Amino acid sequence: MIRITPELVDAERGRFAVAESVRSHEGDVPLAVRLTAVSKRFPGVIAVSEVDLGVAAGEVHVFAGENGAGKSTLMKMVAQIEAPTSGTIEIGGKPVSHQGPGAARELGVSMVHQEFALAPDLSVAENLFIGQEPGRFGWVAKGRERRNARELLARVGLDIVPERKVGSLSTAQQQRVEIAKALAVDAGVLILDEPTASLTEGEGRELFGIIGELCRRGIAVLYISHRLDEIFEVGDRVTVMRDGAVVETSPVSELDEARLVRLMVGRDVDNLYPRTHTELGPVRLSVSGLSRGGQVRDVSFDVRAGEIVGMAGLVGAGRTELARSVFGAEVPDSGTVSLDGKPLRIRGPADAIAAGLGYLTESRKDDGLALQLGVDKNITLARLPMWSVLIDLSEERELTQRHRDNLRIRTPRTSRPVRMLSGGNQQKVVLARWLEAGAEVLFCDEPGRGMDVGAKSEMFAELDSLASQGRSIVLISSYLPELMNMCDRILVMRAGRLVGEVAREEFSEERIVALATGAKDNHE
Amino acid sequence: MSEQTPTSEQQPTGGREPEAGRGLVRSLSDRLSGAISQVAAAGALIVVFIVLSIIAPSFLTADNLFNLGSQTSVKAVMAVGVTLVIITGGIDLSVGSVAALSGVVGVMLMATFGFNPLIGVLGGIVIGAAAGLVNGLLVSMVGLPPFIATLGMLSVARGLVLIVTGAVAVFGAPESFRLLGQGVIGVVPIPILVIVVVALGGHFVLTRTRLGRYAYVMGSNSEAARLSGVPVKRHTTSVYVLSGALAGLGGMIAASRINSGQPNFGEGLELDVIAAVVIGGASLFGGRGTVWGSLIGAFLVAVIRNGAVQLGINTFYQNVLIGVIIWLAVWWDRYQRRKLGADSG
Ligand SMILES: Nc1ncnc2c1ncn2[C@@H]1O[C@H](COP(=O)(O)OP(=O)(O)OP(=O)(O)O)[C@@H](O)[C@H]1O
Ligand SMILES: [Mg+2]
Repeated sequence: MIRITPELVDAERGRFAVAESVRSHEGDVPLAVRLTAVSKRFPGVIAVSEVDLGVAAGEVHVFAGENGAGKSTLMKMVAQIEAPTSGTIEIGGKPVSHQGPGAARELGVSMVHQEFALAPDLSVAENLFIGQEPGRFGWVAKGRERRNARELLARVGLDIVPERKVGSLSTAQQQRVEIAKALAVDAGVLILDEPTASLTEGEGRELFGIIGELCRRGIAVLYISHRLDEIFEVGDRVTVMRDGAVVETSPVSELDEARLVRLMVGRDVDNLYPRTHTELGPVRLSVSGLSRGGQVRDVSFDVRAGEIVGMAGLVGAGRTELARSVFGAEVPDSGTVSLDGKPLRIRGPADAIAAGLGYLTESRKDDGLALQLGVDKNITLARLPMWSVLIDLSEERELTQRHRDNLRIRTPRTSRPVRMLSGGNQQKVVLARWLEAGAEVLFCDEPGRGMDVGAKSEMFAELDSLASQGRSIVLISSYLPELMNMCDRILVMRAGRLVGEVAREEFSEERIVALATGAKDNHE
Repeated sequence: MSEQTPTSEQQPTGGREPEAGRGLVRSLSDRLSGAISQVAAAGALIVVFIVLSIIAPSFLTADNLFNLGSQTSVKAVMAVGVTLVIITGGIDLSVGSVAALSGVVGVMLMATFGFNPLIGVLGGIVIGAAAGLVNGLLVSMVGLPPFIATLGMLSVARGLVLIVTGAVAVFGAPESFRLLGQGVIGVVPIPILVIVVVALGGHFVLTRTRLGRYAYVMGSNSEAARLSGVPVKRHTTSVYVLSGALAGLGGMIAASRINSGQPNFGEGLELDVIAAVVIGGASLFGGRGTVWGSLIGAFLVAVIRNGAVQLGINTFYQNVLIGVIIWLAVWWDRYQRRKLGADSG
């Protein structure tokens, strides 16, 4: 899927040239960012401890490490969003004190957050230039804003009008707006916190093209990622963190995957995709003729007991909308959903859950978590343990502790507000909720978003064990290897329609991509 | 709230803890930070109480304290209901008018229609609940913003009061009706007992029932609540019904104190009630608030008003003072929260 253009080749070369010089004489290359003994403590947790590090101009420096290792916190300190508890941060050779994100922009630091920081009710153009609107004396030059916005959007390959409200965009589109917003700043240091978490591989590669170009211009890129393949693809050097401290910094060329994983999670993960195949049972969920507002068009499919069915498709293909329509989050215009042969009458999610369906949503922050509330309250939300009309608090405590231990949710106590957890750990809380809900048919929309390799492997093991108990899983993911390893069958959607179905024996990346993009399938 | 010993709540994979041995202190301060605003409000209450006892000789007298208790009970009872609404991210501006409506209708039931006081009080509560039901349906079914729905009710209920009474006070309730606002059991004034019962009930609903749990979740992220199967509309409606019913009870207590239904009772009362809830640490954005906090807030507001009267300070200045205290309370709350990165759940 990568088109190798001359620009790209050039970009690559420029980048590696700079990186090489970093490697050979680290001492005299100007450091874009230098951290000395930086620590950050939150009440009850040491998030970052005594980090010393230098990132050279023109380098792509990858940060890896398990969920809650302190990567995002470290980056937020560089971007002046959080103040370090101790230690010094130098940017472009000058020590900086915590002055707020506005000051970071002056210093030339720009950041794409793990959790989007976009205003849903403002237009894309307005979001791109928040705090630095073109124009003078409080007057926003709308025309210029739109023009600049169009340019930026083109750069990140997003084909939408800048007047669109951000709230109406899909998660993956919002991700790109975030990236465009970071590029709007004329930055010397660009921080990307899991920018590809909801992008397909192809879309990720476009981003790598942009990164290459930035590096050639001498911009330092700090890049957090859990995806092994892309760490090796974009990174010059990688710093692995664990428990807030740096365990190792080395050039990517001196690492291999197994060693990197071991450094990240502190143990071997021998099987990223644990899938035990069992005999499939009878059809459990049957969807027929489902349509909704042009986003889902006449979709029919079955899911059998013990089956994990994958849903592939490009951004905007309608996979999330399909899941939401089945689940009653949106009322479909037409179509029927039946479970075990019985047609269901679903007027809303409450009905769907009562009937035995579950839906793990795509965006934990928007419609997944009650961020202010504790881990425990979030886990039991879909199924509260009751003792007659009262909530059974001791049962609630027990089961949340069990999930915390099983999924290794990093939190000192289960009543800790979810917003204090790291991104990946928040995602584990959403997963725990739906494991606890005990749905017969569970739709998982990008369930591994933000999880480290170890956590993902554990998540898949959980899904696998649900399937082997005769339950059914519908797995929506933009990451094909995940689908191809875990699923018995992959359904492909394009523009709201189900355009193909690929059985496990016939899985091939080309085939699925061809179906998803609508390109002529010439591999047959 | 899960109470555990500090050691049992640490787990092998948990975040790194600061120096061992300080675990207890840390965990205590961790807990307290969740109740930061309640602690602050309680502190302010104690300070104001002591200062008034010193500078206003008539403040610390049995008579005045009794009076203070029954004044507070009106606001406290209503504040419990409004707390619930505010936790869901809503607001109830109508409680003052609804209390007045309940008061006059309740008294009329006794005076005009000759029902016994028990029926009269229940009738007042039912009227309040009915007004709350209208609020709740307007918010959950019609989709009006809570501010607008209850602002409308503020006006509608007041209008109804004036229509029903012809703008004249209603008298003639039986003597035994006075007990609710003025009676004593042993040495404990009945209005104080009412506060205790309502507060315990409210706390119980908030912490141990679906309605309470869902109130927090809806206030924190209503879409997440909906997609997790919470019947958001039903629970939203219930919360306004409860707030209306408790406003009704507040109205009956007030009517009992003056042994009449006053058509202009409760004008501006919603401000004191909302102030009490906010001072008690509830967030107007929803997801946060406790009954205890609101109770302390109600006492603080009542003590300030009462003390001002003892000192001969004009109501106009009282209003200024209450307003400033709201600012201070919310500012302090935010400041502390930012500093500690804390939140309650
Ligand atoms: N605002 C906060 N308040 C309290 N604790 C926090 C806060 N933000 C982060 N932490 C804690 O700091 C630690 C590190 O979190 P951080 O978000 O940096 O992890 P991360 O490496 O980015 O993880 P992930 O891969 O899951 O995104 C975690 O234990 C987390 O609970
Ligand atoms: Mg993170």
